[in-house]
Amino acid sequence: MEIIYFLQKAIIMNLHEYQGKQILKSFGVTIQEGIVADTPEKAIEAAKELKVKYGSDFVVIKAQIHAGGRGKGGGVKLAKNLDEVKEKASAIIGMNLVTPQTKKEGKKVNKVLITQDVYYPGESPTKEFYMSVLLDRSKGHNVIIYTTEGGMDIEEVAEKTPHLIWKEEVDPKVGLRDYQCRKIAFNLGLSGNAFKEMTKFAANLYKAYDSCDASLFEINPVLKTSDNKIIAVDAKVTLDGNSLFRHADYEAMRDLSEEDPIEVEAGNAGLNYVKLDGNVGCMVNGAGLAMATMDIIKLSGGDPANFLDVGGTANAERVEKAFRIILQDKNVKAILVNIFGGIVRCDRVAQGIVDAYKNMGNIEVPIIIRLQGTNAIEAKKIIDDSGLKVFSAIQLQDAADLVAKVLKN
Amino acid sequence: MSVLVNKNSKVIVQGFTGSEGTFHAEQMIAYGTNVVGGVTPGKGGSSHLERPVFNTVLDAVQKTGADVSIIFVPAGFAADAIMEAADAGIKVVVCITEGIPVKDMISAKEFVKSKNCRLIGPNCPGIITADEAKVGIMPGFVFKKGKIGIVSKSGTLTYEAADQIVKAGLGVTTAIGIGGDPIIGTTTKEAVELLMNDPETEGIVMIGEIGGSLEAEAARWIKENGNKKPVVGFIAGQTAPKGRTMGHAGAIVGGKDDTAEAKMAIMRECGIHVVESPAIIGKTMAAVLKGEKVTA
Repeated sequence: MEIIYFLQKAIIMNLHEYQGKQILKSFGVTIQEGIVADTPEKAIEAAKELKVKYGSDFVVIKAQIHAGGRGKGGGVKLAKNLDEVKEKASAIIGMNLVTPQTKKEGKKVNKVLITQDVYYPGESPTKEFYMSVLLDRSKGHNVIIYTTEGGMDIEEVAEKTPHLIWKEEVDPKVGLRDYQCRKIAFNLGLSGNAFKEMTKFAANLYKAYDSCDASLFEINPVLKTSDNKIIAVDAKVTLDGNSLFRHADYEAMRDLSEEDPIEVEAGNAGLNYVKLDGNVGCMVNGAGLAMATMDIIKLSGGDPANFLDVGGTANAERVEKAFRIILQDKNVKAILVNIFGGIVRCDRVAQGIVDAYKNMGNIEVPIIIRLQGTNAIEAKKIIDDSGLKVFSAIQLQDAADLVAKVLKN
Repeated sequence: MSVLVNKNSKVIVQGFTGSEGTFHAEQMIAYGTNVVGGVTPGKGGSSHLERPVFNTVLDAVQKTGADVSIIFVPAGFAADAIMEAADAGIKVVVCITEGIPVKDMISAKEFVKSKNCRLIGPNCPGIITADEAKVGIMPGFVFKKGKIGIVSKSGTLTYEAADQIVKAGLGVTTAIGIGGDPIIGTTTKEAVELLMNDPETEGIVMIGEIGGSLEAEAARWIKENGNKKPVVGFIAGQTAPKGRTMGHAGAIVGGKDDTAEAKMAIMRECGIHVVESPAIIGKTMAAVLKGEKVTA
């Protein structure tokens, strides 16, 4: 079960596997090497180059999208020669990849990562581990999670064999210490060179996480190769969006094609918008009140069509933009505007709504406007005197009742 | 009595001369808050809103005896401002700033813990003790004096709750906006505890959101401590869909208690009067205080 909710989307930035690995490498973490390609021809060139460097015909072709479970959806394939590279890269590039973490229509694959085969035979068997670094919110510090059960769904491991999952907490006063890295390597059952490599791996992984203001580094699997190297075969990385002002290089890694275009458009207008599947649109100031408004739509017999926080300045321009964005969704049968005016005056918001409404010509769907707070009575008068076909309310319950009434008609 | 701030609080504003700081300082002064000065590095010695400006928080504390600070410093510098206030001996630091990097807040929280200081926020509306002191950005007129304490993660939803509480004829003692960031100085449980120990507060409204385990933790504390005062609770986001994120690790560190449903169930088990509709918070509190049976 995922605990990171849609509201937090705006404050994290997801990276592709190849970008995450690039960051890891820059902090001294050994990675499964690879080359990005966006056409089958480039994929073949990449495979040739990898053969020169690593001596094997085998490469792995991995779809680059912002979602896990790519292998399950057919987005990760082994190719044993150049013909297979061409065939498999052609199939993956351009496909709509459906994984347990994408929407049901999947995500279009624009790029693949052609990687070296790291499961080559050698002096000892290979072994897969799992390691991630993230914030433990309840404790207020970072934690390293790791297990011997790598290459599998970690939630399943946590459920079935919780005793095999270890946590190493990092004290913010002293950071990650050497003894903790040794403990990790011992718990993973390593010795000799692999032990040393693992202590370095853990230390450098944490350094990468800490230095680039990440919210998550998840490496699954962490591979012990047959010649006892420890390498990151995959990398799921999210960065703290609030810290990008000091990481211009990472900010440049943002891939807008992975994001919903309407949500990007809304974001550029200062609106926090998330499309949902319901029939009643809403426009609210404040994230908590917006969620509460969605809840009240449900209790009134509707289903919320979106989450939309207009923020602190609900002026005519922004209100109009918000109306236009909500109305792009043809499932919307009614719109509930719920503004609690504190510092922002309700009469100004009301005027903004009237102006926006007139600018837009005919809005077909009924609109319920609830303005409460500073100058709420004046605001209701502006709405009621405007001649627009809208319903106005001051109390939240009255607005809820109006939604129910409108949906019945 | 009241909690955290009252009419005797001596408040300074960090980021005093900036546009946000200026606007809200004016509003706080108009409400009757005892704003004794402000801090803007480099503008020390000047005067703003008829109050002295200092270069450092320490100067401000030494010259004015300030014990409360409110921060309107941009996100990149806000964690530093929190630590400066804690180091200078400020007892209650309210940080309004939104968008502070998590990494900075880990350090700031750790630092504050080592001082005799309470941090509220960041990314919060602040604290208001009705008719005494407003150390925040909330519309003061909504918060009429009375007997109900409010603890909330969100801004406008706090105003909504306060408005209903006032219209139900109950009024507010102190409202504490704890903020919704991953790392905050004061948790729901700690804020509830303050209000439980406040003799003027007869009932508590606790407003949460999906995500995290703060409300569950507070609910369990309330039960363990004998449900001394009635608590009405609401969790926003019953209809919010779960996000699709890339990793899986969050599920292992977080709890299973973070959906609205799970939180509401835990709160009910702990004797909290949970409402499903945010429109009946005030009505429900009034009924609970009268001893009426509530089925929400």
